[in-house]
Amino acid sequence: MAELRKTPLHDLHVELGARMVPFAGWEMPVQYPSGVMAEHRHTRAKAGLFDVSHMGQLTIRPPAGGGWEEVAAALETVLPQSVLGLKDGRQRYGFLTNDQGGIIDDLMFARRGDHAFVVVNAARCDVDLAHLARTIGAKVTIEPLRGRALLALQGPSAEAALARLSPEVAGMRFMDVRTLTLDVAGGVPALVSRSGYTGEDGFEISLPAESAETVARALLDMEEVAPIGLGARDSLRLEAGLCLYGNDIDETTTPVEAALEWAIQKPRRRGGDRAGGFPGAEVILAQLEAGAPRRRVGLLPEGRAPMRQGTPLRPEGAEGAPVGTITSGGFGPTAERPVAMGYVPAALAAAGTRLEGEVRGKWRPVAVADLPFVPHRYRR
Amino acid sequence: MLIVKYTPEHEWLEYNGEVVTVGITEHAAEQLGDVVFVELPEEDTSVTKGDEVVVIESVKAAADILAPMDGVITEVNSLLEDEPELVSKDPLGQGWFFRMKPADPADLDQYMDEAEYKAHIAGS
Repeated sequence: MAELRKTPLHDLHVELGARMVPFAGWEMPVQYPSGVMAEHRHTRAKAGLFDVSHMGQLTIRPPAGGGWEEVAAALETVLPQSVLGLKDGRQRYGFLTNDQGGIIDDLMFARRGDHAFVVVNAARCDVDLAHLARTIGAKVTIEPLRGRALLALQGPSAEAALARLSPEVAGMRFMDVRTLTLDVAGGVPALVSRSGYTGEDGFEISLPAESAETVARALLDMEEVAPIGLGARDSLRLEAGLCLYGNDIDETTTPVEAALEWAIQKPRRRGGDRAGGFPGAEVILAQLEAGAPRRRVGLLPEGRAPMRQGTPLRPEGAEGAPVGTITSGGFGPTAERPVAMGYVPAALAAAGTRLEGEVRGKWRPVAVADLPFVPHRYRR
Repeated sequence: MLIVKYTPEHEWLEYNGEVVTVGITEHAAEQLGDVVFVELPEEDTSVTKGDEVVVIESVKAAADILAPMDGVITEVNSLLEDEPELVSKDPLGQGWFFRMKPADPADLDQYMDEAEYKAHIAGS
């Protein structure tokens, strides 16, 4: 097996007492000594600092003499999102689709003047780069950013904390992206977006690898900021109803099945100015109108036993083969109960529908529920 | 007099001459992470060594506690049904799982004493 990659904050994690685990080819902190539950609650109460430097960062630039229009037009051939409609300094959630309408990866893309800044999942970065090179590599320049770190600062105190390093962040709203100078060690240039993966208000901070530890230490020195590992990152995003690539979405799930149609803007839908024209458009556009045969839903197991990924689902009282599966599940520290999500047939997708999930050979009650389990608190 | 023994699966066994109380060690509790659910056996059930008698769910994963020997479950710690976090907070005290009457108390001899267990953790 190839040696695990280390982020620029590796030594800091070890110093802080993190338990390091392999994740998508990287050695990452799964938790610190305070534990997943305390880290999760701290993030929702104050502010949590996450090292997400394993994620792929890339820029997509126009050809010589070209501009944003070329970049946007190229991206619209691989994503069902409206890219041309994105204003400068704004970011959007999107996904690369395949010819069957499945999801190759989900990502964030931001407009930075004439080019796009894109953040993709660590485990899919190589796949994405190969896919982009093959599909739009002749029209635009795709450049993976080496030597960069990515931090996420999440929670209700994130703004107050980051504003000490750059007061300008207080003026940003959800999905704004700006280049700022962080007032640490003589000034660190950073690309900051007001976004995250916890359902809380917060920021994602792309910065030079060599400055990452200094900035992380400056933030961790603040009373309200604590380091948070991948364990709490997972329980936070699950409570927020956000998909984890590889669990809840993959190349076999369409955006409509995954309940992500909110991320497909009108201009790309039937009747829109730029309808279709992305891989799998036929399948996805038809499902946008007629619905999909199965649907990702929230699930609340009764009692205290968590239902985890892979748990089979069937209608209440029905014998016979399972009709659905849990794709993410665990205990929600803020919800104070087990929470899960998974796929069920469209006829069983209404909130309140009673199902059963098999845990250790026993079928136990679980009900379909609205997502998210904990309300989003974005600064819109 | 109490006899305390340890299994390779990081359970502690405390024998008071009548029943064996079973819990997990601090090392195991730390490895497991925050416990959110404990499924306990029924009282008065006969168990065979190696039976899965307790399921512990932590924020990260599920783990089983196996019967350390043949015997009968005499008591379970029903406190854990409402406060599973006691396993994380007080594994050697209030976080115990069950008590059992061993069919043959000599079965305890196969397990480690404290010094052996410490060496076992250090070597693992």
